[in-house]
Amino acid sequence: MDTLILGAVAYDPKVVTIWEGFKQHFVERELPFDFVLYSNYERQVEGQLAGEVHVAWNSPLAWIEAERAARARGRKAAALAMRDTDRDLTSVVVVRADAPIRTLSDLARTTVAVGASDSPQATLIPLLAIAEAGLKPGADFRVLGHDLLVGKHGDHIGGEREAARALIAGKADAACMIDGNHLAFTREGTLPAGSTRILAQTAPYDHCNFTVLEGVPAPQLIRFTELLLAMSYDDPSVRALLDMEGLKRWLPGRVDGYAQLNRAVDLFGTLDAWLMRAGRE
Amino acid sequence: MIDVPRIELGALGLDRGAHLLLKRALRQIPVGAPLHVFGSHEELAVHLRAWCRAEGHEIELFPGGQGLGPIARIVRSSAETGRWKGAEAAGAPDRTLPGGVVDKPPARWGLAARGAKVEAGSPAFDFPLADKDVVWADEAAALYAQAAAAQWDPATAVDWSAPITHPPEIEDAVVQVMTFLVENETAALIVPASFLAKIHPHFREVLQLLAIQAADEARHIECFTRRALLVRKDMGLSTVGGQESLKTLLEEPDFALAFFLLSVLGEGSFLSLLWFLHENASDPVTRQVCCLAAQDEARHVAFGLAHLRRHMGLDQGLRPRLAAAVERRHDALRNTDGLNEEVFDALVLLAAGSWELDDLGKGHDRVVALREDMDRGRRQRLEKLGFPADEAEALSALHTRNFM
Repeated sequence: MDTLILGAVAYDPKVVTIWEGFKQHFVERELPFDFVLYSNYERQVEGQLAGEVHVAWNSPLAWIEAERAARARGRKAAALAMRDTDRDLTSVVVVRADAPIRTLSDLARTTVAVGASDSPQATLIPLLAIAEAGLKPGADFRVLGHDLLVGKHGDHIGGEREAARALIAGKADAACMIDGNHLAFTREGTLPAGSTRILAQTAPYDHCNFTVLEGVPAPQLIRFTELLLAMSYDDPSVRALLDMEGLKRWLPGRVDGYAQLNRAVDLFGTLDAWLMRAGRE
Repeated sequence: MIDVPRIELGALGLDRGAHLLLKRALRQIPVGAPLHVFGSHEELAVHLRAWCRAEGHEIELFPGGQGLGPIARIVRSSAETGRWKGAEAAGAPDRTLPGGVVDKPPARWGLAARGAKVEAGSPAFDFPLADKDVVWADEAAALYAQAAAAQWDPATAVDWSAPITHPPEIEDAVVQVMTFLVENETAALIVPASFLAKIHPHFREVLQLLAIQAADEARHIECFTRRALLVRKDMGLSTVGGQESLKTLLEEPDFALAFFLLSVLGEGSFLSLLWFLHENASDPVTRQVCCLAAQDEARHVAFGLAHLRRHMGLDQGLRPRLAAAVERRHDALRNTDGLNEEVFDALVLLAAGSWELDDLGKGHDRVVALREDMDRGRRQRLEKLGFPADEAEALSALHTRNFM
């Protein structure tokens, strides 16, 4: 069996530990496996299109990039698997508790703090929600971005925390973040108890997936998926890896949770330049 | 219709501790069973979704349920029970219970408190001294308790302002003896401290005892240094022979052999020296610090004897190894001077207390008597460990002339 090669983005040093751990787990179970780390998702998607990796651990935006770029080449992309924690996420738009803002349309002529420009959860999806309520970002309200680690699609929590701090500091009238980070920020005091209120919550959406393009050897993919889905949180040899990657169990991939992000990308033209460039290469 | 268990969170949010109530309620139902959540916190629904996702629980939210019906239905996941599957008890806190202190604690118990439930998959620690036969002494707990109760504060336990009236050259002798004591006590600190880091923490009482033993020596070093500098600005001399002797102690890698050489023979001899100084020094500060140090050293000797006695009872091969260690050390030090002239002369002068001929003669006799006392003490302790009298006598004679 040929070696299955996986691509992942090194958004944090722990990524090395995680994939070294998974590699050992797979190799011990007779799946020849190796991985390649990229510094950003665009490089990873391009690498996968060029055949450098068989499977890519993709952010939701990278999934859309891969899916659209593959389609432009007459190829098909599929999502093999995802974490239990990748399903049914929501983002929230938060305002100060005493602000006279009651609906999303009240955000007209205000400043809305968001995360990195390529963050689905802290920028694209919440801005879509505001746009679908009738306000055009940048025209009807000001967008205050926090471009920490662009290319890593908001995997780093820093951009969202900066957005929350901007709200508390009065530099913004609203801040956008994923629901789990809202809980984390209220617990840690970044958003002091009682100082803010949730103005709106987006519809649920999905996050990362293992993306595969057609034409990859099937036996390796089947074994890879089997081994992933068989990983049990009861097993102490994999529990630390699952904890680091932030999941309790792997689930089969699904792609119907990316509709909001697809609409956002279309509306804001987020990927136009990249797709044009990727199409030329 | 089956009643679904419920938890009422009131106005408490997950940002301020409501997760504790949720966890407690979920632990009371089987994995896969549902729980209805009630609560009025404004952000509860948003946070419940995020919290359940992170914890692995399934959740169904009921829009508009707030205040009336349940806000959500949670199905308990197996993640928490899974985490503790295969966990094991690391012995028991009570050392007297059968299995409380096990013979060979596994490396994966690591730093866990004795008696704690240890999650499977814990990392293996490298504690090379993980054999009860080698390190344990039933007396360790009592000796530790005694030591903890007997800790004294150098700042207040010694009357540092007591007058020093002896002639300047007697003071020089005191400074030289103090310099010698500091050097030896430093070895007596480092040896237990270095083994302490190698002993499996399962043997908690031994760890505690060695830690407090090291702390005792730290205080002794402080007091002897302070006494040396009470009148003079400089410390005394440190000799090659003295350091050679102590170096062999620090280089002994075997726990039993190191404590045999250090505690039974070395600190045992030191006990005689400290009591000698307590009785013969002409100034009250020296007498006081030596008395306090001697009380601590007696405990150190007691532990050495206790764990070696136990170890020798379990391992018939240990006695010849102990004897061989003394011989080996003697051979290693064969070409060194032993106790340096400076320390010997200083002890004579200190015991004499003056330059009067009579006093000097008496001082010399007292130091000779001290050596005999040290030899007698070593032989007694060796016999307590089970060495026959003739072997004890021979081994005692081979002990380093440097005392420690």
